[in-house]
Amino acid sequence: MDFNDTPDEAAYRAQVRAWLEANAPRRPVSDDGEGGGSMAASKAWQARKAAAGYAQITWPKEWGGQGGTPIQQVIFNQEEAKFPIPPNPFQIGLGMCVPTVATFADQETKDRFVGPALRGEEIWCQLFSEPSGGSDVAAARTKAVRAPDGSGDWIISGQKVWTTGAQFSDYGIVVCRTNPDAPKHKGLTMFWLDMHDPGVEVKPIHQMSGGSGFNEVFFTDVRVKDSQRVGAVDDGWKVSLVTLMNERLAVGGASGAGWREFLEAARGVAGFEGQPAIKDQALREKLADWYVQAEGLKHTRNRTMTALSRGQTPGPESSIGKIVSAMQMQELGNAAIEMLDQYGIVSDPELAPLHGGFHSSVMFAPGLRIAGGTDEILKNIIAERVLGLPGDIRVDKDVPFKDMPTGR
Amino acid sequence: MNFDFSDDQKFLKAEARKFLDANCGADRVRKVLDDDARGFDEALWKAVAAQGWLGAAIPEAHGGLGLGHLELCVIAEELGRAVAPIPFASTVYMLAEAVMLAGDESQKAEILPKIAAGEVIGALATSEGPGLLSAATLKASVSGGKLSGVKIPVTDGDIADLALVLAKENGQPGLFLVDLKGAGVSREAVKTLDPTRDSARLSFDGAPAQRLGGAGDGFALVEQVLDRAAILLAFEQCGGADRCLEMARAYALERYAFGRVIASYQAIKHKLADMYVKNELARSNAYYGAWALNTGAPEIPVAASAARIAASEAFWFASKENIQTHGGIGFTWEMDCHLYYRRSRQLSLVAGAPRVWKERLVSQLERRNAA
Repeated sequence: MDFNDTPDEAAYRAQVRAWLEANAPRRPVSDDGEGGGSMAASKAWQARKAAAGYAQITWPKEWGGQGGTPIQQVIFNQEEAKFPIPPNPFQIGLGMCVPTVATFADQETKDRFVGPALRGEEIWCQLFSEPSGGSDVAAARTKAVRAPDGSGDWIISGQKVWTTGAQFSDYGIVVCRTNPDAPKHKGLTMFWLDMHDPGVEVKPIHQMSGGSGFNEVFFTDVRVKDSQRVGAVDDGWKVSLVTLMNERLAVGGASGAGWREFLEAARGVAGFEGQPAIKDQALREKLADWYVQAEGLKHTRNRTMTALSRGQTPGPESSIGKIVSAMQMQELGNAAIEMLDQYGIVSDPELAPLHGGFHSSVMFAPGLRIAGGTDEILKNIIAERVLGLPGDIRVDKDVPFKDMPTGR
Repeated sequence: MNFDFSDDQKFLKAEARKFLDANCGADRVRKVLDDDARGFDEALWKAVAAQGWLGAAIPEAHGGLGLGHLELCVIAEELGRAVAPIPFASTVYMLAEAVMLAGDESQKAEILPKIAAGEVIGALATSEGPGLLSAATLKASVSGGKLSGVKIPVTDGDIADLALVLAKENGQPGLFLVDLKGAGVSREAVKTLDPTRDSARLSFDGAPAQRLGGAGDGFALVEQVLDRAAILLAFEQCGGADRCLEMARAYALERYAFGRVIASYQAIKHKLADMYVKNELARSNAYYGAWALNTGAPEIPVAASAARIAASEAFWFASKENIQTHGGIGFTWEMDCHLYYRRSRQLSLVAGAPRVWKERLVSQLERRNAA
């Protein structure tokens, strides 16, 4: 038991580090918080990685990858993170959309899209969630109907929501209702489409945290060719499962203020009897719990990496990450502002500790507990896929989609 | 990255499970639970000694197998899973570790081979009553090589041969080896929450005592021993917590209420998912502790604290929610749920309560992250 690279891994890490030393940016670019302000830098860095084969290491060589192993990708990510690299708006496309299209598309389509996506020339987004279905993705109502002119084309209309990166995406994959008479999982079809189509309208969502990292996307009679269909008609649910299986192995942790920042802040804030707040036993116990959780997640990632290093499939333990980190973000942020007593309400970055970092945690954590699988859905996944407990009793499985109660 | 046990260690773990399945079923544990006169399962203890487990981490030169602490970790996990009613922790994690840490050559040569052979049962005697012990409150004292004082509770105190006793000598706290079968020792069994483990009040009145380690090192040495024990105990706790999750899962899948298995209700599914999350956090922290223990890293105190806190929380949660998942039948003497509930209390308290370890952890983080 150790934390060392194998000789092969060490050699790969050295190779990666040498390449990064010679090629990676040395100064951070300023970001407008929505990925737009640094887009030129992001694209330039992606193109440079693609030219050297580092854009998608595990992809086959004919796609521009290295045919490498997951552990090599992890090593690259670790080393890359040591440099002030620009944000990566390409991962949803490269990790999920493009592999899905490529799995079902003909050679011509693959040749057309894989390279530009890899080089960062074209950005993809994933259009799954809708106002009527977040956790319940198969409840999608955005519809696609055959054009009446007999061309075989499809006309898409409806609305998606919480689409990351739609505002700067060139293409998207979209799940549509094609057969409302079938039960809900059996009447969906997947398409790819051009986000620059005049029938596509992207509106930023104003989050409760103040920022706008996600979008609503409206489709008004967007015409797509039948050749833009991904997979068979009414088989879109199975196709979307391919998309989700391609989801990149999440080895990173939650960012933001953690136990170190809390410890630091608690040293500088007055507590009971004129003592620093860090002397407060209640806060010390919480700090210990957060440290233990953070260490638990770190070493769980190390266990996952070990499985990858040994060429094994990681165990289900990696599924606990977001449940623990999102909840901790909320609790730790809140404990930090309560520690400030009346002053805790002040969130002005000029006045608040950590430039308002704890306040940001409090305001962003509700979103993190929902995004990418709510706490409740993630617990269902652990219960059903890890522990083998039965799925929930379904009242919607054999009912035609059009007859399903919707609440409004 | 190689943050896992080796195939050999996993094989040893699988063998240990097979052995304990055959030799330490719930019926065996209950024989100790139901008989106030029995402090442990002597036959199991002998069988465990014959397996070589007692000397797994003791060097070959001193009669052990000379394997290492990683091997001891996998054995500990299986002992915890089986709620084994034997003085393994007192003897191996505490006495043997203390002698290997601080014993002189003659003490090592005298004691370690007997531990490995199963001829000596150990006990660590620090507590003198309710609350935390400090140098200011420590009463037991040694004068002219003779120990006087009272220690309660001493886990395995009623069955042990050799105790490690924290006492003052010339005003300085030290750790002393005391032959419990010798003169000046009287002992009395103490009723505890976990009758599958022995516990006693030890009264010393001029009992011959031999110091282990330096004069004045008593508390520091106890801390070092407990750090090492905490990591091994964390593996026992992980084993127990995982077993509770298995029991809850199995019962939830067979028990029907309102026309369906209770495992199909989200209230139960999410409870079991919460157990899984806590168990995995505990396991990952325990692994880090195992690494630190095995390499003798300076991170041992921090790693031990984190392992102990996470494992205590996981076992407590899993053992209480296992009973809850079982409903009424889980509250009966006949169901095994309470064996784990009891053991979770014993393991959380035997090497100091979690809140004490939390304080210790934060103190160390403060020092490590000094401004």
